[in-house]
Amino acid sequence: MILVIMTESALFIIFVIAYLFYIGKSLTPPYPHQLLEFPWLGSILLFGSSGTIMVAEYNLKKGLIGRFHLWWFITLACGIGFTTWTITEWLKLIYRDGLTISTNLFGSTFYSLVGLHASHVVVGAILLSAVLIASLRGRIQHRHHEHIEIISWYWHFVDCVWAVVVTVVYIISVRS
Amino acid sequence: MANSTRTIDIGTAQAPARPGEERGTLTGWLQDLVFTVDHKKLGLMYIGTGWLFFVLAGSMATFIRLQLAVPSNHVVTPQEFNGLITMHGTVMIFFVAMPFAFGFANYIVPLQIGARDMAFPRLNAFSFWVTFLGGCLLFMSYFCAPGLYDAGGPPQVGWFALAPLNSSAFSRGPSVDYWSLSLLVTGIGSITGGVNVMVTIFCYRCKGMTLYRMPLFVWMIVVTMFLVIMFIPPLTAAQIMLMLERLLGATFFDTQAGGSAILWQHFFWIFGHPEVYILVLPAFGIVSEVVPVFSRKPIFGYPAMVAASVVIGFISAGVWAHHMFTVGMSPFSTTFFAFSTLLIAIPTGIKIFNWLATMYGGKIRFEVPMLFCIGFLFQFLIAGLTGVMLGVAPFDWQLNDSYFVIAHFHYVIVGAIIFAVFAGTYYWYPKAFGRMLSKKLGLWHFWLFTIGFHLTFDPQHISGILGMPRRIYTYQPGRGWEIWNLISTIGVIFQGAAAVIFVFNMFWSYWKGKQAGEDPWDAWTLEWVTSSPPPEYNFEKLPEVLSRRPLWDLKHPDDPDWKYE
Repeated sequence: MILVIMTESALFIIFVIAYLFYIGKSLTPPYPHQLLEFPWLGSILLFGSSGTIMVAEYNLKKGLIGRFHLWWFITLACGIGFTTWTITEWLKLIYRDGLTISTNLFGSTFYSLVGLHASHVVVGAILLSAVLIASLRGRIQHRHHEHIEIISWYWHFVDCVWAVVVTVVYIISVRS
Repeated sequence: MANSTRTIDIGTAQAPARPGEERGTLTGWLQDLVFTVDHKKLGLMYIGTGWLFFVLAGSMATFIRLQLAVPSNHVVTPQEFNGLITMHGTVMIFFVAMPFAFGFANYIVPLQIGARDMAFPRLNAFSFWVTFLGGCLLFMSYFCAPGLYDAGGPPQVGWFALAPLNSSAFSRGPSVDYWSLSLLVTGIGSITGGVNVMVTIFCYRCKGMTLYRMPLFVWMIVVTMFLVIMFIPPLTAAQIMLMLERLLGATFFDTQAGGSAILWQHFFWIFGHPEVYILVLPAFGIVSEVVPVFSRKPIFGYPAMVAASVVIGFISAGVWAHHMFTVGMSPFSTTFFAFSTLLIAIPTGIKIFNWLATMYGGKIRFEVPMLFCIGFLFQFLIAGLTGVMLGVAPFDWQLNDSYFVIAHFHYVIVGAIIFAVFAGTYYWYPKAFGRMLSKKLGLWHFWLFTIGFHLTFDPQHISGILGMPRRIYTYQPGRGWEIWNLISTIGVIFQGAAAVIFVFNMFWSYWKGKQAGEDPWDAWTLEWVTSSPPPEYNFEKLPEVLSRRPLWDLKHPDDPDWKYE
């Protein structure tokens, strides 16, 4: 999983570089500072889910399967909540503000970077729900906690990428 | 200090009485091909895929050379010519050299580290089939991209498809989409394969096989796979952007919308230069296995070899823009990339000296694998020297995109990598099939191929210095290029003949070759301890090793290596 995270990081770095390189290079409006609002809801949900998944893991290590279910479910709910939030943000951008991937460079780089991250959240949510289903059917025991930990690494990674995305997209590019 | 009575512990595997008896029927064989998750079969399938595409891309090269044999020639049309050079380059890099790297890694690594299979056998099969699918997708462009005039057929963009030529305005029709999708897909196969091999090496080594006792081939594969994991994703990212641009109207590389065509070059070469090392490091690994065995000496300077490989891996991350000197960069960037390019010659030089020092004073056996390795050393030295010349920025301004560059990288890819692959094939064929490749045919193959190689690529240095640009469709007489191009084309006949002999040898020896036995070369690494071909589980009992040359210890219990390490 360390190797997967390394290779994924390399992939994201290229998209982040493309985004940074093209800040302020769009020839036609709209520009980031006109459209983007700080993603409070999405960030709270996603950063919070990193905490809840740790609580879930902790409970699994202690063998408290019931609590593990609860916290794991909360994590999954956060992931789905984040995805929903992204969808509403994109709907607003596309239909109200008219920003699509072919509008200008901001549109191209924004949708590719944020979209790549969102697709990773969706994959993570699928992994989380697979674990939840297996667990509700009684397939996950205390001895599986190392496997579960691997999935939580992936989730933390997606979270870290979001921190980078927030910094680059919602702070740097909006201020410049 | 280990107990002096200890010897390495290896089980004896049950070999089939005669290889050939268990080979089964054609349908069974095909079914096995599709369903197998065995690392040895997948390795051979990778290598077989490599040879299949090698023949295809080689015949494309033949047409290119026929077209350029004499001035004002019209064997193919200009469009066909552009398609040929694009397909030749793309196929040779992604579907010949890459499958070779993964094939040898797949077959040899688990055997050399004493493992029963790869860490994730099913993922391994996935990697292979995805890579194969990528190759098929690329060739689909011949059949599935017809339509508008000039829009059907293969992509016509060159193997690095520079922007804006790769945009839908300049490359109409779906050909470049096939190209892009193909590289995207095969990249996924390479990344999953890379992760798999790395996990295998770090988690599945047999008892006693510390990192410092791993065979050098395995070390080189570690560095290769690290580069795969870190530098294929930039290509994937660039291809995603290209697809978004072509299919959804994004504007990454469109200068009219404020985008940058140069950015594509940066992204492509961030991948493209480490790719060279992804291809050449397994070749180094093969040579590092073959040279000591046929010189009857342990490798000279094992730690230096390992360190040099790792250093090459790291430096190769910071040299990409030497492909872009002529684009026009700031003096600082030009100096930086020229310097880092020259720096990489140092670890590479260390390797060449180590191989020479291994041969020095050894009892050299001139078997076919060794001959190919000697050819490798000679040609790789020249390739390195022309590489240093091109790394000097002013020289590059003069000769970039000329035939000198073509000659340089064909010296690397054919003269070094393909020669090492030939060496590896002759060296490990007995292990894979239980029979020796014919030495007589092998000698014919070696000499014809070496002569053909030099006839084809030596003159290209000169025509390049005389100013012949790469990728031109044809040229006027009277520029002094005629004789060099003609010699170049004549060389193809020798290479073609050698290739035919080689393919014939592979088939002939499969049925008629001499029985090989477990260890025909009297070698020292673990793959030679099991039967030939190895059983599906590789080792009946997982071996335990005490030194870098476990088989030496086994054969010479009175004077084992581990006493000195």
